[in-house]
Formats: sequence, structure tokens, C-alpha cells
Amino acid sequence: MSTLLSVDKLEIRTPGRTLVSDISFSIAAGERIGLIGESGSGKSLTALAVLGLLPEAMRVGGSILLDGHQVIGARDRDLVPLRGASIAAVFQEPMTALDPLMRIGHQVGEVVRRRATRDGTACGREEVSQRVLALLERVALPEAHRIARAFPHEISGGQRQRAAIAMALACRPKLLIADEPTTALDVTTQMEILKLLEGLVRHEAMGLLFISHDLPVVASVATRALVMRHGRLIEEGPVATLFDQPSHPYTKSLVAAARAFDTALEMAP
Amino acid sequence: MTLLDLAGVSFAYGGGKTILQNIDLSIQAGSNLGIVGESGSGKTTLLKLLLGLERVSAGTVSFRDQSLNTGNRSFMRGFRRSVQAVFQDPYSSLDPRQRVFDIIAEPLRSLKIETDIANAVADALRDVDLPGDAARRYPHEFSGGQRQRIAIARAIVAKPDIIIADEVVSALDLSTRTRIIDLMRTLSSRMTFIVVSHDIALVALLCEQLVVLEKGLIVEKGVTRDLLVRPAHPYTQKLLASMPRMPRAG
Repeated sequence: MSTLLSVDKLEIRTPGRTLVSDISFSIAAGERIGLIGESGSGKSLTALAVLGLLPEAMRVGGSILLDGHQVIGARDRDLVPLRGASIAAVFQEPMTALDPLMRIGHQVGEVVRRRATRDGTACGREEVSQRVLALLERVALPEAHRIARAFPHEISGGQRQRAAIAMALACRPKLLIADEPTTALDVTTQMEILKLLEGLVRHEAMGLLFISHDLPVVASVATRALVMRHGRLIEEGPVATLFDQPSHPYTKSLVAAARAFDTALEMAP
Repeated sequence: MTLLDLAGVSFAYGGGKTILQNIDLSIQAGSNLGIVGESGSGKTTLLKLLLGLERVSAGTVSFRDQSLNTGNRSFMRGFRRSVQAVFQDPYSSLDPRQRVFDIIAEPLRSLKIETDIANAVADALRDVDLPGDAARRYPHEFSGGQRQRIAIARAIVAKPDIIIADEVVSALDLSTRTRIIDLMRTLSSRMTFIVVSHDIALVALLCEQLVVLEKGLIVEKGVTRDLLVRPAHPYTQKLLASMPRMPRAG
């Protein structure tokens, strides 16, 4: 399979501190990767670097090749077409991705229109609204017509996250970055969103970079995982091996903690 | 011994929507109770009722067989001393302008408890595994997990019978979470915990008794182990099935 994303010796610094250093990994087309880390590990910074969205005060070194384009040092003007066509993102809080004053259908429609224009196949209003409804149904939103007319505050948190996923899908990206997309959701909703994401990504043969501190959540969507701590990559491997035979002491402690919760569910005190 | 008891409790805000309906609960000394529910289940309202911060619309809340009487100040002082709480967000639950000493001493002062405050604070800090010199510092100097320890120290300083823990580890990293759970387990030999959470695994780690709340109703309650092994209600089954699990070893 061809390489979709290739990160080589990534380093992120502020004037006084090195936040991320010596990060190298790659994602093949259609591959689903988990990025595991606790707060302050640098996992979200790494994702922002791939999106070319780091604050200007941060100095970035190394190389990030996304779909054949160098992200580091690129002008924003050159990155904008890359975002959307090659890469899209879903974040923890769907409200930050949605405009509170715009109906859901309109927001998804805007992405559909831009993607169509970029492909050189501008589509009319009727065509756009058809595609919007199809996307809302694709992310299993009930009553797509009603949701399309709703404002973000009128629907639940899980429905908002589905709408945000629909917007990311409308881009038809080759790589989807999902940064803690289910952390703010109830467990039953989380399970539905995880199943949805996993199914969509697999079906569309998209690459996935799934960022989370939650090991079993990562295991449910990714086939390979990376573990970060204090800005460094400390271990990586296939999820099955990594969670069964972790070699780094830190990974071992995370796996042990996660298994303790599992055990508790099977055998209460 | 029954510490807290709710009988036929219902609650509605200002005659509006019913949030809780016909809740029967009893907290026995020495047996931790877990209350599991998702958003909209009414668990936050139930917590307010248990803390005496809201009044029931119907039914009774009693503490040591006495009906909760918010008008009786000396009774309420005894109640507040016995029932303390720790909340989810370790960043907003501690006054940033007070030193840790004063934060922890606050219940002793506001409840006018006659005791050696310096000793009580030192004991509380030791109980939560924080160094004695933490007392002189301010909350912003501590990490999330340490702040939660400070909040726990404040909750235990007046030697309460019950600690209500509302999503206390939800905002913490996995490794920190494990250490706070260990601390709560140690403390539960001396006091009874009511653990309110959306996380049924956390509750399973800490509580002998379990109550499942859905849309303002108790849909299932009983001994945690039985409930996990044989969940009877479809919602409990769904909750358990939705918990992400580690891939099986081997």
C-alpha cells in the first residue's frame, strides 16, 4: 500500500522548551492507527502539526509528508487545499467544529459545495441538499430532514458529533484525524460513534489517526498503535501485540490499569 | 446502620419537568454505594438531594432516621459534618486565592468544630499522601491528581461518615485515576462512599452496592457483583455491553 502520511524526526519547540521530539511514524492508505498518550504527552500537538495548524510561536523541525506534500514550512495558502482533500479532522468537542448560528444542513452543505467546486463539478442547490441528506443518513442520524434544519444547540452531543463526522466525510479525505472524538460522550453513545467511525473509515478505505488516552477505545478502532510520553514516542506495534505484551514500563502500567477496569466489570469486590 | 435514606423521593424543578421519580435508596454504614447513569439520568439532581442542597417534591430524605430538616441549624450542622463531597473538576473546586491549609481547614471553621485545626489538617494531608509542606502552597502549584487529593483532604478533615464522590476521576489521566481509586479504597475502611459516575467499571472497583439510573428512574439496584454478572434490565445490559474492553490476551 502507498504511504499516505510520513512523519520523520518531528520536533516542536517553543522558545524555552522542547514539547515534542524525534517523532517518526507513517500511515499507509486505508490504515487505522491509534495514538495513545496522557495529558501533556504531545499527542494533540503532533496531530495539529500534521494538519499544519500549530500556533505560529512554535518552531517545527523534521519532515511531515502528507499525500506527497511537505507540510512543515508550507504557506497556509498551499495547505488549505490539502485540508479537506487529503485530510480532515474531528475533535473532542463537536461544538467547536460547528457554527452555533447556522443550521446543520447548511454547514454540511458548505463543505459539499466546496469539495464539488474543487473537483470542478459545481453542483446546484438541489444536488447539494440531496448529498447533505445522504451524508446525514450515512452517519446514522435519525430523521435527516429534521436534523438538517436544526441548529447545533437543538440536537444532542452525540448527534452533534455525528454531524461533525458528516462534515469531515463530505471532504472525502484520504486521512481522517480523530482527536478524542468520544471523550465527552456518554458510554452508550461512545460505542455507537466508535462503531460508526470504524465502519465508515474501513468502507471508504480512509486512513485514520485516532488519538486517545483510552486504551480499549483505541483497540476498538485501530489496528496499530503508537504510545507517546513527555513528547516522545516510546513504543509502537500492532494493537494485539502492544496490549498483550507491552515492553516499555510505561506502556505496561497503562495496560495494567486498563485491565484492572476490565477485571472489575467481570468480578466485583 | 442506615446513614442516609430516601423513600419515595420525586423531584421536579418549579413545577416543571419531573427529574426524579419514586426513588428508594438506603446507604448503610460500611457499604459503598455506586450510582450509575448517563447524561439526563438525574444523577446530578439526586446528588443535590443527598447533599441537602435541593428539597424533594415528594417523599422523604432522612439522615440517621431523622427527616432532613433544612430549617434546623444544629441538625444541619451535624448533617454537613457527616456528609461531605468531592466533585469532578479539581481546577474549579478549590479557591485559587487560598492556601491549601485554609482550603482544608474550611469545613472545621465553617462548621465550628472544636479541634486542633493544625493537627487535623496535617492528619488529612497525611491520609491523602501529600507532603506536610503542601499546606503552605496554593492550588495552582499542584497537578490535577494532587488537587483532587487536596479536595479529598478537605472532605475527610471533619471525619465524616459519608463522602459523596461525583465523577472524581473522570477528568484525570489513567495512571492518576488508578492512584486516586486506590486512595478511596483505603479511606473506605473508615467511611462510606457514594460514588456517582457514568463509568460502571469505576463503580465496580469501589462499591458493594449499585444503583442504575435512567431518565429519572431507578431501573435496577442490588449487589454490584450480581448486577454485573446477571444484569436484568435492558438498559443495564446496554451499559455493560457499551463499555469498551481490552482485546483478550492470548
